[in-house]
Amino acid sequence: MPDLIAKPALGVAPVTHAGTTLAEIPLPQIIAIAPYPGQAAAVGAALGLAFPAPNTVSESGGARLVWAGRDMAFLIGAEASAATLPEGLAAMVSDQSDAWVMLTLVGPRAVDVLARLVPLDLRAAQRGQAFRSALGHMPLVLIAEGEGGFTLLTFRSMARTAWHEIEEAMAKVEARLALSA
Amino acid sequence: MRLTCPLCGPRDRREFYYYGAADYLARPAEGAPPEAWDDYLHLRDNPAGVTQDLWYHEQGCCSWLKVTRNTVTHEILAVESVAGADAAEGRA
Repeated sequence: MPDLIAKPALGVAPVTHAGTTLAEIPLPQIIAIAPYPGQAAAVGAALGLAFPAPNTVSESGGARLVWAGRDMAFLIGAEASAATLPEGLAAMVSDQSDAWVMLTLVGPRAVDVLARLVPLDLRAAQRGQAFRSALGHMPLVLIAEGEGGFTLLTFRSMARTAWHEIEEAMAKVEARLALSA
Repeated sequence: MRLTCPLCGPRDRREFYYYGAADYLARPAEGAPPEAWDDYLHLRDNPAGVTQDLWYHEQGCCSWLKVTRNTVTHEILAVESVAGADAAEGRA
């Protein structure tokens, strides 16, 4: 067996513009849970987390179940591991930890930055909401953390493009602020 | 243009992929005559007014949607989940 080394998608230091910080969460644990037809509530009960309604997140302790599309949610958290799931879960399960890059964007201008890239009105976004949408042309799972914070998931293969586009949007928001100051 | 996805809510057009006329949902039965297949595959109305077509919520929940819209006024009259009401409420 080759010796595999877990490496972050980017391994970069956080950047800050206009008091808003973009950072990478290095090695996220993400398990996709797709319940069999009609089994969403049973799957939620087995996991100890309500299966999330569209555009929502359910949380318990350090684990979160994030709505990620029709009949699918992502189990995210330090303890999320396919090995610790209950036996006989009525769902299709896949470990997608190495397929996604997880970024955080936190600060007073986070909504303005995302407005340049994401076709959603996030001004009233609250903790407990999650959206499946687009970041530019890239697929996006966007989790609202409340108080100007967001967690973004996009495909790991697009990590550098995502980082570049978000950082550029941050710089432009900062430049616009400097003009109006 | 915005479509109100039954799962996700009102979303921008760029999240969706256009497939074609909703006629694709009425697939001929096995053993149907060639004329029925010709009609199904190739013959389409081109109405000035209300029409129905299929859209895929590609950058969203991955639902297939049947959209009823008016080609004259550009009004969106209805957006339904092709998989049915259960899927639209997240139960399926």
